[in-house]
Amino acid sequence: MTELAEPSSLADADAYKYGFSTAVEGVAFGRGLTEDVVRAISTARNEPAFLLEFRLKAFRIFKTMSEPTWAKVGYPPIDYQAIQYYAAPKAKAASDAAPTYNSIDEIDPEIIATFQKLGIPLDEQKRLSGVAVDAVFDSVSVATTHQSKLYDAGVIFCSFSEAVHQFPALIERWLGSVVPVADNYFAALNSAVFSDGSFVYIPPHTKCPLELSTYFRINNTESGQFERTLIIADVGAQVSYLEGCTAPKSSKHQLHAAVVELVTLDDASIKYSTVQNWYAGDKETGEGGVYNFVTKRGACRGARSKISWTQVETGSAITWKYPSCILQGDGSVGEFYSVALTNGRMQADTGTKMIHIGKDTRSTIISKGISADRSSNVYRGLVQIGRKAAGARNYTSCDSMLVGPKAEAHTYPYVDVQRDDATVEHEASTSKLSEDQLFYLRARGISQEDAIGAIVNGFCKDVLAVLPLEFAAEARKLLALKLENSVG
Amino acid sequence: MLAITDLAVAINDQPILKGLTLAVGAGQVHAIMGPNGSGKSTLTKVIGGHPAYTVTGGGVTYQGRDLLTLAPEERSHAGVFVSFQYPVDVPGVANSEFLRLAWNAKAKAKGQPEVNVKDFAAILSERIATAQVPPEFADKQLNHGMSGGQKKRNELLQMHVLEPQLAILDETDSGVDVDALNAVGASINAFRRADRAIILITHYRRLLDLVKPDHVHVLSGGRITQSGDVTLAERLDREGYGWIDRR
Repeated sequence: MTELAEPSSLADADAYKYGFSTAVEGVAFGRGLTEDVVRAISTARNEPAFLLEFRLKAFRIFKTMSEPTWAKVGYPPIDYQAIQYYAAPKAKAASDAAPTYNSIDEIDPEIIATFQKLGIPLDEQKRLSGVAVDAVFDSVSVATTHQSKLYDAGVIFCSFSEAVHQFPALIERWLGSVVPVADNYFAALNSAVFSDGSFVYIPPHTKCPLELSTYFRINNTESGQFERTLIIADVGAQVSYLEGCTAPKSSKHQLHAAVVELVTLDDASIKYSTVQNWYAGDKETGEGGVYNFVTKRGACRGARSKISWTQVETGSAITWKYPSCILQGDGSVGEFYSVALTNGRMQADTGTKMIHIGKDTRSTIISKGISADRSSNVYRGLVQIGRKAAGARNYTSCDSMLVGPKAEAHTYPYVDVQRDDATVEHEASTSKLSEDQLFYLRARGISQEDAIGAIVNGFCKDVLAVLPLEFAAEARKLLALKLENSVG
Repeated sequence: MLAITDLAVAINDQPILKGLTLAVGAGQVHAIMGPNGSGKSTLTKVIGGHPAYTVTGGGVTYQGRDLLTLAPEERSHAGVFVSFQYPVDVPGVANSEFLRLAWNAKAKAKGQPEVNVKDFAAILSERIATAQVPPEFADKQLNHGMSGGQKKRNELLQMHVLEPQLAILDETDSGVDVDALNAVGASINAFRRADRAIILITHYRRLLDLVKPDHVHVLSGGRITQSGDVTLAERLDREGYGWIDRR
């Protein structure tokens, strides 16, 4: 059972605002991972044979792999047999293990209230205008808003499990096409046990009429969360997608191992934005917090296509995440804009890979790392210019800001260029958020809180500027709030 | 307006100011001169409320209030402005946005309405004119990418925007070329008013030729050791500080 904790006020900087959990009747499997569990997940979700095969193949490979150790993060060994691999809220009407919701009325009111508390209204009247939301609670998608408006445009935006049943051919064709099951340890684990997530398909020459958004909420403190996101932008299609993540406070670590795959065909573009605020653990002891081991990759398969990753990472005890672009199509463009803030005892090892394969491919990497307290913040990036990538260009800029004397910042840029005509630029800087900067702004009448906000937002300006407008203001506040007690 | 009495200040247990006494009235311009390391910049920072400095004795009242109990932002709201010798860079923060933030913080503290971006742009261009700084200052980042001289002039722009009653200008003339120095002088003179007081901290008489002080003080060894009129500045310019110590 989970207990209902009071959400704390925004004014209390130490408090994790989203640290409450909700008492919801649910269905969960026992702990541990075996082939039977993988089969049971597939059965519970009534999946087609190809998907079960996909899972089993992934599971067999996973068993032969070992956890990566190259990242600059330290944590005690994870007992993968102690994790619950499936948890789902119970539908109000049905009692089977794989709830599907036909209308908002079937969702447990507690879940609706939870998302309400998080600022994500799911009911028809209060929906965010201009933003379609898919809400994922523990492992299951509970609601997707604005379905009809999207349907009229030919856009598919639904939970992954719904897509498996309604559009199996699309899933079979694209699932694992960007991140193969054997790609890495956590991707293999995800491929074996993923439960739900979001699926998006934008038909040719269509600009998605709404901003799409998935809101992930881990509620069950015992379960891992393994969601899967697949976004396909067909020829000439355009979409902007945002994910937000929170989890309740828990003294135990929760494992989050997601896989996101993006595909753009000729002239298509996907803009994928993340505001990640998983519970980061106790600021002093480091107890609890989410282990965020995520594989995100986009393939610019088509000519002149574009994939742009924007991430604002402010939570998780450990972040291991490298949203990447495979630039296959000639003239394709990859972008990575990142703000990673660590405080307390957080550890982040994040960055990107830009793999230039096609001719005249371009990539831009803008990374801003902010480390406070006793946290560690690593930028790790690879720029690879392949033998056929004539005229490829990359620009990389990595800036680190240290807050306080005990925080760490590291930058590991890897460059692998196999052509003479490539242009690869790299700039890096490290600065300190100093008492003097803070005093300077305060001496002009600006409160400490607003001064921190201004300094940090100034530092992150280039990244925040590319976030969708609706979320930029929230991200600004979040950054300032996180640092309030780390300065001075 | 400002009364400093026997002020003693230390940083990291190292005493810097050792019983400084100074009274400044409305409408007056005081110049403080003195050798390096005499405590001039410490005085500026203590008046501004820098947390690294510890007041170990004496007091400061401003308009009858105990200034030292106020937070830096409260001092600013009360009408105290300190211009720094080395203004810090704040990359990515637009000067115009910073100034609007400061303007609105003061407005809020006084219970007045805050201004939006558009209305502030009009206010700012007016203040840029009175502060006699180039119009492109509005679009620059806060001190970032500015030359030393530009930073000093940017301090004066901030002063003109915030319109304090008391301004302490710490070596606003150093690092400024001759043409810009004339503009600095004109900017300070434009600010000068019967209800405002100015303290100029400077090494050079040149600024005092442009902005005529009512009183000149010598700060040496953490105390005011000599006070007089502008002729004192002339003598210091001619003879240096040696004669004061020899007396």
